[in-house]
Amino acid sequence: MADVPRGNRPLSPHLQVYRLPLTAITSIMTRGTGQGILPGLLLVVWWLVAAGTSDAAFATADWFLRSWLGWLILLGSTWSLWFHFLAGLRHLWYDSGRGLEIDQGRTLSIVIIVGSVVLALLTVILMLV
Amino acid sequence: MHFYTPRKLAAGLGSGHGATAAHWFMSVSGIGLAILTPLFVIAVGGAIGLDRAGVVAHFGRPFAAVVTGLFVVVGMIHWIRGTFVMIDDYVQGGPRAWAQILTQLFGWAVVALTLFALARVLLAPDVAVVVPAAAPVVIVN
Repeated sequence: MADVPRGNRPLSPHLQVYRLPLTAITSIMTRGTGQGILPGLLLVVWWLVAAGTSDAAFATADWFLRSWLGWLILLGSTWSLWFHFLAGLRHLWYDSGRGLEIDQGRTLSIVIIVGSVVLALLTVILMLV
Repeated sequence: MHFYTPRKLAAGLGSGHGATAAHWFMSVSGIGLAILTPLFVIAVGGAIGLDRAGVVAHFGRPFAAVVTGLFVVVGMIHWIRGTFVMIDDYVQGGPRAWAQILTQLFGWAVVALTLFALARVLLAPDVAVVVPAAAPVVIVN
């Protein structure tokens, strides 16, 4: 089996040996970032429930929310939210039959990556002021 | 000449007969969430860092309360449906049923907690809320 000459013909693009194009990576990341919104949302819901409960409960939730770990979770989830937002808009654009060419997919991927980072930083600035 | 839309022609095709409806639901809720996401970020982002009375007063306003409630309800239903697709792809057999049950429980628990919190903040705050002074009324004759 190992000695069969395979020549120079193309092989099946199996997932484990196939370098995924940027468009495929950002498409898969749509799923991951959809789940990545959850930790930050849970943190905000906890904080909101605590605000409606008691001073002690709010003090605990607010302390955690604004600790370094809380900010890290908020930053990560905020970036996930904006990535999922932009990638979701791209899927709606795809559904209209547009943006399906290879170079368009690549361009839109870069727009999603850069746009999500910029929007996440703007959001964190809004939270800090 | 016929009056069927492309979506109507695709509905019911496929082995499960439900995928057109599932895809359509995610598109429609996605458009709603695309509108709600910037509003939700503004509503919550502006409240982080306030003290408890400030947070209660902030979410006592119609804009913050309505946007937060809508975003979490629509968002978690969107999340449940999206997670079901991931479960279909990655989980098989008995664990699939458990994953679906846990997803439903978790998604609706987040909705219930958020609505409970908003109701508490809106209707029965046990904290002194400083209501911002109303703008002076100027009568122009």
